[in-house]
Amino acid sequence: MQLFPCPFCGPRDETEFHYGGDAGNVRPDGADVPIDRWAGYLYLRGNPKGTAREIWVHVNCGEFFVMERDTVTHKVLSSAALGGEHAA
Amino acid sequence: MTRRYSALSLFKEGLAGQTGWKQAWRSPEPKPPYDAIVIGGGGHGLATAYYLAKNHNITRVAVLEKGWIGGGNTGRNTTVVRSNYYYPESVDLYGLAHRLYEGLSKDLNYNVMLSQRGMVNLCHSTAEMEIGARTVNAMQINGIDAELFSPEDVRRVAPIYNFSPDARFPVFGGIWQGRAGTARHDAVAWGYARAASRLGVDIIQNCEITDFIIEGGRCRGVQTTRGAIRADRIGMAVAGHSSVLAAKAGFRLPINSYALQACVSEPVKPILDTVVLSPGTGVYVSQSDKGEIVIGGGLDRIPSYAQRGNLPTLETVIAGLLEMFPIFGQLKLMRQWAGIVDVVPDSSPIIGPSPLPNLFLNCGWGTGGFKAIPAGGTLLANLLATGKHNDISRPFDLDRFATGRLIDEAAGSGIAH
Ligand SMILES: Cc1cc2nc3c(=O)[nH]c(=O)nc-3n(C[C@H](O)[C@H](O)[C@H](O)COP(=O)(O)OP(=O)(O)OC[C@H]3O[C@@H](n4cnc5c(N)ncnc54)[C@H](O)[C@@H]3O)c2cc1C
Ligand SMILES: [Zn+2]
Repeated sequence: MQLFPCPFCGPRDETEFHYGGDAGNVRPDGADVPIDRWAGYLYLRGNPKGTAREIWVHVNCGEFFVMERDTVTHKVLSSAALGGEHAA
Repeated sequence: MTRRYSALSLFKEGLAGQTGWKQAWRSPEPKPPYDAIVIGGGGHGLATAYYLAKNHNITRVAVLEKGWIGGGNTGRNTTVVRSNYYYPESVDLYGLAHRLYEGLSKDLNYNVMLSQRGMVNLCHSTAEMEIGARTVNAMQINGIDAELFSPEDVRRVAPIYNFSPDARFPVFGGIWQGRAGTARHDAVAWGYARAASRLGVDIIQNCEITDFIIEGGRCRGVQTTRGAIRADRIGMAVAGHSSVLAAKAGFRLPINSYALQACVSEPVKPILDTVVLSPGTGVYVSQSDKGEIVIGGGLDRIPSYAQRGNLPTLETVIAGLLEMFPIFGQLKLMRQWAGIVDVVPDSSPIIGPSPLPNLFLNCGWGTGGFKAIPAGGTLLANLLATGKHNDISRPFDLDRFATGRLIDEAAGSGIAH
């Protein structure tokens, strides 16, 4: 059993968290977004082997946050509240 | 040259103390150029090489495998073979695979131990029964064998199920496919390897692709831990590692990698003579020819390349299993393991050209590509040989994510993701 760090509640059981996708995958805006941009936003993923920056939600408190994690070792490298950096 | 297996060869070896068996496939040094390269020595890669030689007469082919053949998901799965999918596109694909499986031992001269003991997808409520009837109808209309089972029918094929009145997952009926069953997973890899090698294909193990050779915007070969190897037609069937190689080729895929785990019990006498899947508990189970109870379930909860699986998911699976079959509570678990599978948003595979010219994809089989190996191999071989789709692979092109023509088999694929 692994503990994940919620930036608001602290370390909690991994089963309390849901994966929410790549950090920095920003919804395209406007009426004339080309099809491949939409397809990229909706479906394409980095899916890195190694360090990944991801959006997670802590189901118990309902907060979304950014977690940096190694997808091979499952080691958590950082965890921070969702700020403007989501766009980065 | 490897020899043909027959009753006579078995008999002769029996007399000779089993000392005359030869290596089943050659292990040659890589040659600098090939007509085609297949990346990944799982079932799909090996089948692709075999059908390139057999169906298209292209024999200067290398299969490049970073570890050992069948060491990926092909040797880690729970061996269920079936074609009980919903959409016509899927039926064409998995139906082709199922038919080829039925003739595979003969075609390869290698016993893949296909055992068509049938499979039942359980329904635990009236609502699930309605969906079950709809699925059976769809399968029958698409020409796939299917039957709607009553509770009595389920009791007949799986008498040890928990049919007690206070069962948490009561049986209202099920979807039955009589031609479904299991096959020996290693034998599928080894049988294709041996048959491909006999036709001249070079199977090269311990050869990891580290980069692509890209010239004039086209893929012209690969860099490997055993040097550069060139070809103008390259197929990739690396399952959970598709995104890693795609990144080296300069594109992204609609794929997340997850661990999928399984476990087996100690071997016991025959007690379960069919494959039972319950979408309600997220568990499926069968008994192997050796007597082990083979248990599979849903995906792990987090994207992962850690090939081991995590405890919360295993707990869920075992809890579900014991609700269904309390008698299994006496069994000891012998082994647990996981494979890294490539999960696509519509739970259907990706077969077709990649964004990098000359490089073709066979991936995205997720939790269910073992049953599809003969079809995946046939279709990737066709793409490599002709450069074009045929009618069966066309719907599975990568372009469906831009056109929106998804083939959403989340239900037909059977287990939770
Ligand atoms: C626990 C579990 C249970 C399953 N149960 C079933 C089931 O009951 N029925 C079913 O139909 N399917 C099942 N599946 C899914 C099925 O096993 C896979 O979809 C299928 O085996 C995929 O075959 P493949 O040849 O594409 O991949 P693999 O067999 O994984 O082969 C890919 C190969 O590529 C190699 N590779 C990766 N990167 C590189 C590189 N850079 N260079 C060279 N080689 C590389 C790997 O080493 C690997 O050997 C299950 C999977 C798991 C993990
Ligand atoms: Zn929290």
